[in-house]
Amino acid sequence: MPKTVKLRKGFDINLAGKAEKKISDSLHSRTYAVKPADFIGMQRPKALVSVGDSVKAGTPVLADKKNETVNYVSPVSGEVIDIKRGEKRKLLEIVIQADKEISYESFKNYSTSDLVKVSKDELKEQMLKAGVWPNILTRPFGVVANSNDTPKSIFISAFDSSPLAPDYNISFKGDDKAFQAGVSVLKKFTDGYIHINVNSADEVNPMFLNADGVQINKFTGKHPAGNVGVQIHHVDPIAKGDIVWTVSPFGVVQIGKLFLEGKFDASKIIALTGSEVSNPQYYKTFAGANVKTFTDGNLKNDHVRYVSGNILTGENVGEDGHLGFYANQFTVLPEGDHFQFMGWILPTINKLSFHRAFGLLSFLNGSKKEYVLDTNTQGEPRAFVQTGAFEKVVPMDILPTHLLKAILAEDFDEMEELGLYEVIEEDFALCEFIDVSKHDVQSILREGLDLLQYS
Amino acid sequence: MKFLRNIVEKAKVPFEKGGKLAKYHHLFETIDTLLFVPNDTAKLKGVQVRDAVDLKRFMMTVIISLLPALLFGMYNVGYQYYQAVGLEPTSAWDLWWVGIQRVVPVIIITYVFGLFITEFAFSVIRKHPINEGFLVSGILIPMVMPPTIPLWQVACASIFAVVIAKEAFGGTGMNVLNVALVARAFLYFAYPSDISGDQVWVYLGEQVAVDGFSGATPLALAASTLESGQNVVQTFAASTTDFSFANLFYGFVPGSIGETSVLMILIGAAILVFTGVGSWKVMISVFGGAYLMALLLSVAGANEYMLMPAHYHLVIGGLAFGAVFMATDPVTATQTETGKWIYGAMIGILTVIIRVLNPAYPEGIMLAILFMNVFAPLVDYYVVAANKKRRLKRATV
Repeated sequence: MPKTVKLRKGFDINLAGKAEKKISDSLHSRTYAVKPADFIGMQRPKALVSVGDSVKAGTPVLADKKNETVNYVSPVSGEVIDIKRGEKRKLLEIVIQADKEISYESFKNYSTSDLVKVSKDELKEQMLKAGVWPNILTRPFGVVANSNDTPKSIFISAFDSSPLAPDYNISFKGDDKAFQAGVSVLKKFTDGYIHINVNSADEVNPMFLNADGVQINKFTGKHPAGNVGVQIHHVDPIAKGDIVWTVSPFGVVQIGKLFLEGKFDASKIIALTGSEVSNPQYYKTFAGANVKTFTDGNLKNDHVRYVSGNILTGENVGEDGHLGFYANQFTVLPEGDHFQFMGWILPTINKLSFHRAFGLLSFLNGSKKEYVLDTNTQGEPRAFVQTGAFEKVVPMDILPTHLLKAILAEDFDEMEELGLYEVIEEDFALCEFIDVSKHDVQSILREGLDLLQYS
Repeated sequence: MKFLRNIVEKAKVPFEKGGKLAKYHHLFETIDTLLFVPNDTAKLKGVQVRDAVDLKRFMMTVIISLLPALLFGMYNVGYQYYQAVGLEPTSAWDLWWVGIQRVVPVIIITYVFGLFITEFAFSVIRKHPINEGFLVSGILIPMVMPPTIPLWQVACASIFAVVIAKEAFGGTGMNVLNVALVARAFLYFAYPSDISGDQVWVYLGEQVAVDGFSGATPLALAASTLESGQNVVQTFAASTTDFSFANLFYGFVPGSIGETSVLMILIGAAILVFTGVGSWKVMISVFGGAYLMALLLSVAGANEYMLMPAHYHLVIGGLAFGAVFMATDPVTATQTETGKWIYGAMIGILTVIIRVLNPAYPEGIMLAILFMNVFAPLVDYYVVAANKKRRLKRATV
């Protein structure tokens, strides 16, 4: 039974710098990178290539020594020019200089009708080998899925509600066939449903509505309505022992293309957004592109932060960094390392706030106003004071404060019982944004997940 | 502001790690962050922008909501003074001036002993930043004191409250009991003659009260009907002070400094609710609980106090002040939304029970809130257990 869910809790952060609805494919990044840190749950990353090796798109470059069945592959063809390491020789980035013309490792291709007949094991083997497997994440924990699991259902969120998020009507053009092929492949892995969750308040890309063999659920509400974790909670909640897989539409398309075209196609359309970008718009590129490609000559000032992903869950990659494997969006924000005289009490309508405490007048602006926000923390860390605000931005039957306290106390039973299996960082990102005491809520949550997963 | 910033940066050096005064780092940080919001930026991963709110602004909102009641309280101290000594003030300013002379020293003493001595000492010893919680407690403590309170008692109570009620439990955010109420309870049990009875609610200074002046609070009068057997409303009407319902609502009556005017407290409540800083659920349920309990008692009607019209309970004594400013303290209240209804209602019910059925304590709100502070975790426990149960129901393992 398709569900219609209306969410009342949540908060939309309306920022300046939305991507204009046009796609450029004229810019080609010189370098691309594969970063172990993108794959949460990768425990012992190991580089499979060395500097000077030449690779094709789809050549394995990285593996997890704890789980070597999954290949992490190069998004482009070219030469490995750098393997960056940090403290204690921690592997940070494998940088590949791209060829002008991308050449691909070749894998077996199938016709649409064949796909239905092929066995799950054959599909699985190719997915693991060709590098599309990391698109499949598993709940609980939000880590790359174990290929031996059978999930009770698979969830695809067909919209992104996070700040400045890309519009999936632009991000997916002509990918209908690949998407359908991806869905058909995923269908083999579960006995349950494949849920596609669409935003009923907005125009939906027909690619999702026309998909075959799926259940389409409708969601409305503020962010985090587009978070797949919130959708799972309302459609088919996870209890202890349950396994649910989640795949982003970008991943589904990539899986589909692998089987239809017989190659690992890491190309995707990303949104370049943020108040400091002169011409925010969409770009066609490959996963792991160098951010300089898009910012050169395209910034309003140079004291900025380069965020791979959205501003709630993203990562500061620096001016010469590379986008993450899962990033569909790249945001440039003004850096906020300035002092504000009496800034803690002066009334302001330009600083966005979920709260309406004295002088925070942003609620007067209405929801249409676009804010330019910088990266200043707007205050210093303080003791945790329970203000009841967290409960207003988590649209799930979960008690965020109690869950976080259970994690801090390392109380395993309590964490389980309060629903830690149902959430990952992105679901609590708004709590971190609105926190009066400026805690790192998302990293606290991951600590709890790590405790449950590894001990 | 660059000029001022440079001064602060220079002054900062000895307080930094390895500096001569590094021990006092958190003291300096307090002053620094009051002047300037620091230049900290978001971490590499996670939320890259933050909400404009911080704990300082949050706490300042509470202080602002307290101001109407505090300013009125000062005025009322003067008003009661002139009523009692039988002098005619030449202007409204005279009334204020008496109140300011009396109340401001109490506030200063509270801050000096509570914040500048005790909290600062703890921040140095325990090496934690000074939290803004006491900014609020420092205003609340004077407001729940009778206007005649000796300053040395205020100092003792402030120190006791900060050390025993707060720092012993780990500081702001960790305390079980409301800090300001602990200060009051401390004096209530340690020096009962200075905080209860009929003689302490009107500040007389060096003067002597005129003949026939009683100085009793409406609570004391209401409780006295238990012995006299007279109708409460008639007793109010017979008093030399105007104890009509309207005046009890406006607050020109003897009582603790900040508690008398329900009107001003409701203005504060409106600020708290509008800004979302105070929980309207707690406020409504305290008033509701008290009103229903009073109704119930008046149905029972065993004595005149029980028969007092239920709505009088809402305007006499500290019920309104406690409901709006004390029960809503986010740290000591229940933390679940469902729990807030139960917590508030229980405070209201207990307040009326203590007032009416326990002749030893004329006022019930202080003990009711402290009692429910202790029970808040239990209420939460059951609300959380219900949440867990819903989750467990769908588990298969």
